[in-house]
Amino acid sequence: MSGHGKAMKLTLHVWRQKNAATKGAFVTYDAPDISPDMSFLEMLDVVNERLILQGEDPISFDHDCREGICGTCGVVVNGQAHGPRGATTACQLHMRSFKDGDVLTIEPWRATAFPVIKDLAVNRKSLDRIIAAGGFISVPTGSAVDGNAVLVPKVKADLAMDAAACIGCGACVAACPNGSAMLFTAAKVSHLGLLPQGQPERSRRVLAMVATMDAEGFGTCTNHGECEAVCPKQIDLGFIARLNRDYLVASLTTRGQEKSSGGSG
Amino acid sequence: MELRSNIPAGPIDKKWDKHRFDIKLVNPANKRKYSVIVVGSGLAGASASATMAELGYNVKCFCYQDSPRRAHSIAAQGGINAAKNYQNDGDSIHRLFYDTIKGGDFRSREENVYRLAQVSVDIIDQCAAQGVPFAREYGGLLANRSFGGAQVSRTFYARGQTGQQLLLGAYQALERQIGLGTVAMHERHEMLELVVIDGRARGIVVRDMVTGKIESHVADAVILATGGYGNVFYLATYAKGCNATAIWRAYKKGAAFANPCFTQIHPTCIPVTGDHQSKLTLMSESLRNDGRIWVPLAKGDRRAPDQIPEAERDYYLERKYPSYGNLAPRDIASRSAKMVCDEGRGVGETGLGVYLDFADAIKRLGEDAIRERYGNLFEMYERITDENPYKVPMRIYPASHYTMGGLWVDYNLMSTIPGLHVAGEANFSDHGANRLGASALMQGLADGYFILPYTIGNFLAQNKIDKIDTSHPAVKEAEQAVADRIKTFLAIKGKRTVDSFHRQLGQIMWEYCGMARNDAGLRKALQLIPALREEFWSNVVVLGENESFNQSLEKAGRVADFLELGELMCLDALERKESCGGHFREESQTSEGEALRDDANYAYVAAWEYAGEKKTPILNKEPLTFENVALAQRSYK
Repeated sequence: MSGHGKAMKLTLHVWRQKNAATKGAFVTYDAPDISPDMSFLEMLDVVNERLILQGEDPISFDHDCREGICGTCGVVVNGQAHGPRGATTACQLHMRSFKDGDVLTIEPWRATAFPVIKDLAVNRKSLDRIIAAGGFISVPTGSAVDGNAVLVPKVKADLAMDAAACIGCGACVAACPNGSAMLFTAAKVSHLGLLPQGQPERSRRVLAMVATMDAEGFGTCTNHGECEAVCPKQIDLGFIARLNRDYLVASLTTRGQEKSSGGSG
Repeated sequence: MELRSNIPAGPIDKKWDKHRFDIKLVNPANKRKYSVIVVGSGLAGASASATMAELGYNVKCFCYQDSPRRAHSIAAQGGINAAKNYQNDGDSIHRLFYDTIKGGDFRSREENVYRLAQVSVDIIDQCAAQGVPFAREYGGLLANRSFGGAQVSRTFYARGQTGQQLLLGAYQALERQIGLGTVAMHERHEMLELVVIDGRARGIVVRDMVTGKIESHVADAVILATGGYGNVFYLATYAKGCNATAIWRAYKKGAAFANPCFTQIHPTCIPVTGDHQSKLTLMSESLRNDGRIWVPLAKGDRRAPDQIPEAERDYYLERKYPSYGNLAPRDIASRSAKMVCDEGRGVGETGLGVYLDFADAIKRLGEDAIRERYGNLFEMYERITDENPYKVPMRIYPASHYTMGGLWVDYNLMSTIPGLHVAGEANFSDHGANRLGASALMQGLADGYFILPYTIGNFLAQNKIDKIDTSHPAVKEAEQAVADRIKTFLAIKGKRTVDSFHRQLGQIMWEYCGMARNDAGLRKALQLIPALREEFWSNVVVLGENESFNQSLEKAGRVADFLELGELMCLDALERKESCGGHFREESQTSEGEALRDDANYAYVAAWEYAGEKKTPILNKEPLTFENVALAQRSYK
């Protein structure tokens, strides 16, 4: 093994669950010879390679880009979504964040709206359905004006970008005691609501997205702030305040069908 | 096989307009009677799906990820080119066209590239209207930055996350259509076979990756937007799931595969740290705007970088290419890094690395300005390497990043199988032998938003397409082939993991078909790969069953296809005895070690045709003619 750190020996308690219909349980594995230069997922790769050669079913976990941007990966490590390092996805968490002899408990995201598929992999389609309800600007291809025809003040564009940085991993939901998707939803409501292009649909958007969030079985927000603490992209809790304000305004100013589709927020 | 590129007549700047007028339209009321399958949900797939649904077609979209928002377009950092000339620095459609043709080392089709430059301006408008939070100037106007291979500032960006923001724009347009019921989205479904009936692409066979169910879907046209095949090298900047299975299945059903050896090795990636390495991470090329690349002048100089005085450093890109300097195109920057490392002047523990140093830029602009421009990239670097790039220079090394080759398509983006269209990185069309930075996002969105929605209509309007359903014998046969193959994987019960085969294939490809290639090495690879493939089919172990979430089984199918594709890449590289762009044949170089093209013999697209199991594929050639640019030896000096 190369790399500039000393190899570590770890003990893993990993959640194993065959499928959504079967009950799961923790299973203990040794992980000897772990380099501090490995990413957390590379550590799981090493464990899996050994399991396969022993004829044991490898641990299923979702992952793809392994550079912290696709939002596919996500596990709870010792009670923390994406593990101990702040502003870091599980794939960008490196084993140098742990020390020799550590015991790690590894679990999937746990939330009503995220049923387990297998082991550490969960179904997050509910987040897509929140976007489908209103997380967009309706501009069919070809109907756009020149890019510079609509000016966007730099501060607004920067703030919109802060919100748009959400990778949709679902850590906020996993960390929330209520299993709420408020930070996720607020990030999109804020991103689009801050831009001039997003104004025409601003009210409809927030009402529809919140209604869908409720219908999908996500909990309500009671301002714990756990979501912000675990967010790998450091999405600001202030965006939730922005959503609440938009929601209140929309509830008071929107009439008819649009209003009746709103949820409790 | 006949390669008909279907290029419209007329002057190059009028061809696309003329074609759009000439092509047949589908009456708005009739569009809903047509169905289109789109495989892949990246920039090309998501934008095509959304746009065709907006037009009224019935669209089914498939992706292997758990959400269409996660396709690997999301990882593109630096930006998207467009010939807006907002900076008034001399840009134009013709200049973007010229830069792209030249950057591709004169191995792409003029007409396709010209059209790409034309629609580039519409893409920016569309994305800005969707709410993509592009970087802005204080006055509210769109900001630009420079990028490799260009002397104008035409790259639009959203911090270091341009791909993410463009993809989310396309994804949101797609989700809007899903919400409206015009697109049926199938996540966690992997295409494992193409259904061809009466010579036309009519559907696909997919595996539901959660339940293992083998399903078929039929349609009037099929679009593959499944990305590139750079994971053949195992270590690459691609997402772990990126694979060539969809395009490889199509190749084996009759779609020609063009220029498979044209792969891009990106110069600025974080070097390998150990055997556990599962992927390589790119540091955006935009860093080369302010970072200076250097190695020690002396071989084996192991001093810390701050202990090496200015006079003992070799800023080799600035020295060799004074006019482009650190912004030389990717293939040149990568090859130069390899050369200095081969000379024993590489840095870091392995000696496979060069410095990318921001000390001068920080001195000139201040740390805050650098943080504003590249903060997220610097953070990412520190997270991976545990080193602070504000204090010590980054270490970088080239890695597999993009594939210019792909399925051959005509001007309408249709493959050699009628009805099968190919978009984005999965096709070969626009980047020749080397892609310029910030051009992949441009091409993916050009294909999906502005080209395919027109050309698909033309195909559907011109061809009478019989209605079929999934009970058709050809569909059943394709399903059976998929099921049999899965059974075979599970029954081998050998002693080596899928990943171990993939790593070994990657080592062979990197060694013999990577940044430099030669006759002897390619011939050796052509012996090693079939031997490895044979071992794979007798000694791989895939545990579990088909009827469950089984990630080893997914990987087995992808690696089995890479083991075939790798061989075709080496064959193509062996056949092309010239150097061009990313394809560097050691036998063909100038006295200064630059790539030496052979236009007299190799100014063609190599379109390989599948000839059957254990048969050498057939090479078809589409000659490339250059009427609007002068063929020249590329120079960035």
